[in-house]
Amino acid sequence: MAERKGMEVSIAIAEAASACDVDCIAAYPITPQTHVVEHLSEIVADGDLDAEFIPVESEHAAMSCCCGCAAAGARTFTATASQGLALMHEILFIAANLRLPMVMVVANRSLSGPISIWNDHSDVMTERDVGWIQVFAENGQEAVDLVIMGHRMSEDKRILLPLMVNFDGFILSHMVEPIEMPTREEVKRFLPDYEPQQRLDIDNPITMGPVGMPVVYTEAKMAAEWAVRDAYKPMVEIMGEFEKEFGRKYKPVETYRTDDSEILFVVMGGISETAMTWVDKVRDAGVKVGLVRFRMWRPLPVEDFKKAIAGVKVLGVLDRHFSPGGPGGPMAQEIKYMLYGQDHAPKIVETVVGLGGRDVNFIDFDQIFDRCKAVLGGAPVPPFELIQVRGGHYGKA
Amino acid sequence: MSDTPVNPVDGLLRMDRMPHIWCGGCGIGTSVNCFARAVAKAEIDHEHLHVVSGIGCTGRVAGYVNVDSFHTTHGRAIPFATGLSLSRPDSKVVVYSGDGDLTAIGGNHFIHAARRNIDMTVICVNNFTYGMTGGQVTPTTPYGAKASTTPYGNYEHTFNLPNLADSCGAQFVARWTVYHVRQLTRSITKALKTKGFSFIEVIAPCPTLYQRRNKLGDGVMTLQYYKDKSTIQNGADTADVGMSFQSDIIVGEFVERESLTFMEGYEKRMKEILGDGFVPYRGAK
Ligand code: SF4
Repeated sequence: MAERKGMEVSIAIAEAASACDVDCIAAYPITPQTHVVEHLSEIVADGDLDAEFIPVESEHAAMSCCCGCAAAGARTFTATASQGLALMHEILFIAANLRLPMVMVVANRSLSGPISIWNDHSDVMTERDVGWIQVFAENGQEAVDLVIMGHRMSEDKRILLPLMVNFDGFILSHMVEPIEMPTREEVKRFLPDYEPQQRLDIDNPITMGPVGMPVVYTEAKMAAEWAVRDAYKPMVEIMGEFEKEFGRKYKPVETYRTDDSEILFVVMGGISETAMTWVDKVRDAGVKVGLVRFRMWRPLPVEDFKKAIAGVKVLGVLDRHFSPGGPGGPMAQEIKYMLYGQDHAPKIVETVVGLGGRDVNFIDFDQIFDRCKAVLGGAPVPPFELIQVRGGHYGKA
Repeated sequence: MSDTPVNPVDGLLRMDRMPHIWCGGCGIGTSVNCFARAVAKAEIDHEHLHVVSGIGCTGRVAGYVNVDSFHTTHGRAIPFATGLSLSRPDSKVVVYSGDGDLTAIGGNHFIHAARRNIDMTVICVNNFTYGMTGGQVTPTTPYGAKASTTPYGNYEHTFNLPNLADSCGAQFVARWTVYHVRQLTRSITKALKTKGFSFIEVIAPCPTLYQRRNKLGDGVMTLQYYKDKSTIQNGADTADVGMSFQSDIIVGEFVERESLTFMEGYEKRMKEILGDGFVPYRGAK
């Protein structure tokens, strides 16, 4: 077993991609992702990884270039954040619908305007519908492991989809954390050489990406729906194999101290480490509260989630993005979709926190918990709330 | 009454935003100083001046000038400025951005604004790197120069920016380094008075990233290099002004021409077709 070493998470992610023996990396600089590809460029330049590093002229070019690499049958990796992910938008659909395996890490960062380089989930949440597999890391080790599992999942013949590993910008990307970095040999045992299902090959020419007339478009979309939905089972299987190889257990939905809780918090990404510490504190004071975290977001792990919250009375959902004038945060929306019409469904207290890098601390958790307790005590469920707003908020100035 | 003398460029700067974020020895501030003086010399009323920036260290200029300004997304300063220039034909629109922003992610807009001859002045501070994100390779990084994404030196061909602007039809093209403050000020003044697309490349040090990584010393040593290696060749053929790593730098005013601006071309064509029935656009109310 590899030893644990203190490493910046971005550097560790680059090392993980290198351990996966990727063939092509195309990327454009954007904060807070830059250390990932900078370090990869060093690894490639030093001859430690036999790969093409392509410093392209924009993220739109980066994702297009990645599609070209993947279409040629190369193991492909890239990284981006925020505006960069937004600029990739149109190509993201294409990568998914052409079934081009690749792994992209996204150092989650808010979108402009106003210009902000800090963390929230507005970049990835506006790309929910692109047809990629989407997973969220809680810490550096998990980000590393998800990159390794990600390549295996993405290239699995039952999946064949691009995969996005989300990790919080700055909060994780620039942290030094203890990381157990698997060696290339260990990774190779788990991640065999990539054999594409189909590729651009001059001896057997195919055309990728032609027009889909109305007579086939719906069917193509149905296929995309199946592809993502059916990825669930092999993904869980691969998580199991990863555990066998490396000893770290991963599940689509993670729970923490949920036993006999009437109230659970639901989160995603790095915030859950703070949330766990808060849960410990409150539990020590005798209050039964626990935590649920989505690791897998696409496909949406409906049954795992339902199991995780079975019997609970109130869910406090902490979203990191919302749809102005719409139904609130994306996690809360999807949780409602999963629970609607179900008998004894928990009540949902929706909050949006930590926008554009605002810290989420114990005081915020306490406040949300108070709202949850009020609802548990019979108070009406409040509409979704953007908390942490200085000087009050909409409708409650 | 205080006896402290007032800096003549204060009027164009948002002093409440000082100190600025630029590093010691950075060339961007010097270029802004020249720009502020040029605005005064060209007698452009601040009410009719707009500064548009993209993203990056140079992109910060839009926030520091005390005129209507817009800090756009990465690469999109020129299309934003195109909209502004066309809907406010009575205003002077200046795009102030860096080499990464204008020639990589925004490169397409650069060539098309020059080709269309949109009435704007583009000032490109070229420090051969992406400063804000930590010194990655850009389309102007010289062959062999180190960047964080080319640790053993750049291996790509680079843009010759005056030549690029020239070949796309720019009306006025000049290049100076930040050592040439008087000449730069004069050329910006000229550019501001030029009708149509004018372009100025300002060669500037980024001591924190480009100079440091390439072991080229600090800002002052870079100015010494500019002083020693620059030759002024006004009217030089832009095809001959390409630069390589620590090479001689040909500076000067290279191109001055006059052709129809986008607006003039449009009006001419519409008059040909519609005759007196054509009512020219005179700007947003
Ligand atoms: S990083 Fe370079 S370009 Fe940016 S402010 Fe510092 S010296 Fe100037």
